[in-house]
Amino acid sequence: MKTIEKDVLVIGGGSAGMAAAAEIRERNHSVAIVERDNILGGILNQCIHNGFGLHRFKEELTGPEYAERYAEIIEASDMEVFTGTTVTEIEKRDEGKTVYAYSARHGMLVFQVKAVVLAMGCRERNRGNIGTPGTRPAGVYTAGLAQRLVNMEGLMPGSKCVIVGSGDIGLIMARRMSWVGADVKAVVEIQPYPAGLTRNIVQCLNDFNIPLHLSHVVSKIHGKDRVEGIDITPLRDGIEVTEETFHIECDTLLLSVGLIPDNEIARKAGIDINRETNGPLVDSSLMTSVEGIFACGNVLHVHDLVDYVSEESHRCGAFVSDYLEHQSETKQFKMVSGSNLKYVIPNQFRADRDNHFYMRSLIVRNHAELVLTLDGKELGRKKLRHIQPSEMISFTLKEKDLDKAALDDNSTLEISLVG
Amino acid sequence: MADIYDVAIIGAGVIGSAIARKLSSYNLKTALLEKECDVSFGVSKANSGIIHGGFHHDSATLKSRLEVKGNLMFDQLKDELHFPFNRCGILVAAFSGDEMRTVEKLYQNGLGNKAIGIELCNHERMISLEPKLNRDVVGGLYAPGGGIIEPYRFVFSLVESAKKNGVEVLTKFEVAESEEKNDCYILKSADGRSLKAKWVVNAAGLYSDEISRIFGAESFTITPRKGEEFLLDRNATAYTSKVIFPAPSHVSKGMLVIPTAEGTTMVGPTAQMVDDKQDASTSKANFQAIFSSARRLVPAVSERDIITSFTGLRPTMEGDDFYIEASKIKPRFIQVAGIQSPGLTAAPAIADYVKDILKVEGLALSEKPDFDPYIEDVPRFRNSSKEELDALIAENPAYGEVICRCENISEAEIVAAVRQGHDTLDGVKFYTRAMMGRCQGGFCTHKIMKIICRETGKSMDELTKRGGGSWLVHKKVGDYALEDRA
Repeated sequence: MKTIEKDVLVIGGGSAGMAAAAEIRERNHSVAIVERDNILGGILNQCIHNGFGLHRFKEELTGPEYAERYAEIIEASDMEVFTGTTVTEIEKRDEGKTVYAYSARHGMLVFQVKAVVLAMGCRERNRGNIGTPGTRPAGVYTAGLAQRLVNMEGLMPGSKCVIVGSGDIGLIMARRMSWVGADVKAVVEIQPYPAGLTRNIVQCLNDFNIPLHLSHVVSKIHGKDRVEGIDITPLRDGIEVTEETFHIECDTLLLSVGLIPDNEIARKAGIDINRETNGPLVDSSLMTSVEGIFACGNVLHVHDLVDYVSEESHRCGAFVSDYLEHQSETKQFKMVSGSNLKYVIPNQFRADRDNHFYMRSLIVRNHAELVLTLDGKELGRKKLRHIQPSEMISFTLKEKDLDKAALDDNSTLEISLVG
Repeated sequence: MADIYDVAIIGAGVIGSAIARKLSSYNLKTALLEKECDVSFGVSKANSGIIHGGFHHDSATLKSRLEVKGNLMFDQLKDELHFPFNRCGILVAAFSGDEMRTVEKLYQNGLGNKAIGIELCNHERMISLEPKLNRDVVGGLYAPGGGIIEPYRFVFSLVESAKKNGVEVLTKFEVAESEEKNDCYILKSADGRSLKAKWVVNAAGLYSDEISRIFGAESFTITPRKGEEFLLDRNATAYTSKVIFPAPSHVSKGMLVIPTAEGTTMVGPTAQMVDDKQDASTSKANFQAIFSSARRLVPAVSERDIITSFTGLRPTMEGDDFYIEASKIKPRFIQVAGIQSPGLTAAPAIADYVKDILKVEGLALSEKPDFDPYIEDVPRFRNSSKEELDALIAENPAYGEVICRCENISEAEIVAAVRQGHDTLDGVKFYTRAMMGRCQGGFCTHKIMKIICRETGKSMDELTKRGGGSWLVHKKVGDYALEDRA
């Protein structure tokens, strides 16, 4: 057993955890990182395609390169990093928190800290979550697992694939599987619009002549031992048109049907979860319902670009530092999402600084407007070009644009979308 | 093939395995034959895991006698074999006067079977026993002796114990032919192996009709009755303290809400006669039927909590009872067929019963003085206290490598599974629970594949999900050329 005392423990050494830890250390607080894997970087390590860092570093990097930028900062600091280590429990104490973790090297690790940052990322939805009928053969993989097998283990998950769901990982894998010689027969998407970024539709499907079947579902999986084929059925007004079902022969099915924040430790610690995002409910400082526990990155809500994860996590690191310096006990006001938005994060705001919000649209439009209202009175509008559920919207409310005199204790700010 | 076995048991499901373990306490040379690549990979792997409470069948039947006797044997078996078992009790919920009358019949069955502690309950009693029940419940039955086990873990433990006491287990041995010669059967497998045995026990589950035909014994037909079930997340609020049954129909015991011994919730099974013994597919219509039925019992059951679904096939046959007797046509051939519900509960009693039949038929049985009923209890990461874990890791660092994050399964447990011969993904899954949680292996499958390769010396493209053609990866990326496309 080993006991470690620090100001902050960051759980997760991926893009979110590294950025938050770097920011906290930069502000002269002691911090340790716990990471399950044997190296820092998280899921970025298997994302060997490019397109990362355009916002953050103004360059186009691959996933491992992006991770390396941060890993170098961590390694150059005096931060303690515990890889190959799994956290099982966060315990609240009168002063601070105790976090229990285990590793082959140290056995039980007991961290005594003032604050905790949750940065565990997300997991993929799987076949059970979407309830695809049919047999249960080998060859049904989540796209992320297939990416791991191809890019890090050098293994071919199969030779004739169909991809279910047009999420970004699925699109990236359509291209990747084509490059390694597999025959990618189709991408099947239940929604009438793609779930991934437009640039990925163009670069990963169109450039490889891979058909995208929008408003279609996989209605049956065939094959006793290994996948032998699937039935695809079109949807009309949300109803399966069974007589138009067609069959595709394949040996592999890759699922890219959404991501869910991985919040089991948070749940166990009694943190309130937002049912829309499946991440913790947070205040304007990204602090959860349990004092001293913060959250950032994909464990909070699923982002579409790592650049935004880093941005949010740096901000989280700064908020944690403020908390340690007792600077965060300012009045917070309620923030809610209105029409045409799935969610807004965070769910509180402060009047004494700029507030950054992330949100997701429920609708697809070429032109739309964000509308901000305070207690029913319109504060302002922002024009948006092309919006769709797969592309996150961010918005900064400047301190100077807020009329502080108009705020009372029960004030509520609402953000909504008009199309 | 020089050796001659005293007994060959065909089928390493729960019945064959329980018989094998029973016979391993005698001075016998016994072989347990399984056509799949691992034991428990047939009917037993998709069993609901209910240890029945002794009230579903009337005491005139063989199945009810064996169920009641088998039920009482599980505490000692758990002590010896360390499989997850929780005697949590069973409730049968009635929602109308008609259903209550059915439940009263079950109560009479229970009294006749001398089921311990069985009681009839009114609305208040039902709600106090299980506050999550639908408030519309009018009354029901409580059988405190009922419980729940992990069926595949039970089979694995039985087989491990049998092996430890000398039984030889031959997997991928699909009996295709038999020949009788000099008071001996010569059994030939589909892949060309053969062995000799003086006695044969037919415990081939769904295929016991075909085995009987191959041996020239009685003619009967096994019809699969399909059951679909859904597994819910361990955070599901539907998790009850007891197994909840509806009032039964004439076809089956109905669709249940099951709190598994490992803390997850299961709902199902359906009951649907099919022709195909390999039809393990799931369908959308059944999904709706299961959830509306389960919600009628426990309103908190929600589709949002689904982790996965699966299908099991019950081996049913004509008549409403087990068929366990010495063949009247072939000598030294014991039929153990038609073992559907409550077969799992009855399994240890069936094993005793078959042993008695063998004895009556003339097999000489002498007890083995060095029979060891205990197997090693592999510590589990998830069930260990902080201090226990610290000590476990100090002794074996592989306990500190958490491979399956959803169920908290360590590398040490996965290694133990592989070293027990469970070298497919499903084998590891059933032994350890790795890949059985909410991510369904998304994060740990490749790690488990590497551990299996390291422990067995196999290459990645030799690994399977469950044997046969269930390959996992094709070949290495660099070795794969465009011309490989068929």
